[in-house]
Amino acid sequence: MKYLGIVLGLLLTVTAQAAIDVREFRSPVDEARYRALIDELRCPKCQNTNLAGSDAGLADDLKDRVYEQIQAGRSDGEIRDYLVVRYGDFISYKPPMKASTLLLWWGPALLLVSVGFVLWRRSLRKPARVNPLNADEQAHLQRLLTGSAQPPIDSEPRA
Amino acid sequence: MKPSLRKGFIFGLPLVLFLALAVLLASRNGEDPSYLPSARLQQPVPAFSLSSLEDPERMLDPSIFQGQVSLLNVWATWCVSCLVEHPVLLNMAADGVRIIGVNYKDDRQAAQAYLRERGNPFAETVFDERGDLGLDLGVYGAPETYLIDAQGRIRYRAVGVLDAKAWLQELKPRYDAVRAESAGAK
Repeated sequence: MKYLGIVLGLLLTVTAQAAIDVREFRSPVDEARYRALIDELRCPKCQNTNLAGSDAGLADDLKDRVYEQIQAGRSDGEIRDYLVVRYGDFISYKPPMKASTLLLWWGPALLLVSVGFVLWRRSLRKPARVNPLNADEQAHLQRLLTGSAQPPIDSEPRA
Repeated sequence: MKPSLRKGFIFGLPLVLFLALAVLLASRNGEDPSYLPSARLQQPVPAFSLSSLEDPERMLDPSIFQGQVSLLNVWATWCVSCLVEHPVLLNMAADGVRIIGVNYKDDRQAAQAYLRERGNPFAETVFDERGDLGLDLGVYGAPETYLIDAQGRIRYRAVGVLDAKAWLQELKPRYDAVRAESAGAK
């Protein structure tokens, strides 16, 4: 009985959460477009969150606009442009390719290529030059390997 | 690669990277990383036809920005920071700065009472109940203050509380420059 209030409270929060984003679409395609757009568009208020993940008042406003425009039959491109005109490229998590965003788009590829190049150069490098063993040393090595670990017969006497 | 060159590379590269990072961080120091410049810089104030806050019968449009340099201040009674900057706006208005208010997503009665109580620094106040003008301007956090030149174009946007320091250091130099420019054009 003591927990009834808490349980009811939890139920209420769940319904409230769900109520935020219940929208009627004319087709499942429109709904998918809406989901994709609010996923891709960024909230200018709570930066680093997309519209879908934001509860800010501004994010709700922008979601309303996206919804209204989808219902009005606008294309994804038109809706994106509508927001970019107002909020700049910042609004999108997929900014267009231009001089100021070249590094953003190609930076990772550039890094990959340069690391690949360095690794390739390293693989071409000749192995370190070592002096080959002479016959005595070779024989000694052989003995060590076969288990009879005695100094080579013709080596210098130990001090 | 020659050994000496190689050594220079190994020791020099971290140093170069460090210096580059130090310069980058120093240049960004003190800046607000969440600040967004207006996407409409150098463009006219977006078209609107909205009623005056004081007089619902009187419609206002962007022609109120023609002919003189103005500031456009986006405010609301629900915006706590707007309370803070209100005295600053009053002082600026007393010094002869023309400020146009945009009452953003607010209640008309509440906003009228707010101005009656605290004084009205605005030459005109546009009542933007639905937030359409705010959205067209790209408002993302009230209060915001836009510098509008005599041709009605947006020249600068300041986001956040316009305190005396922000006015004197951030906005006033730009305001004076735009005024000088339009005085020179005449």
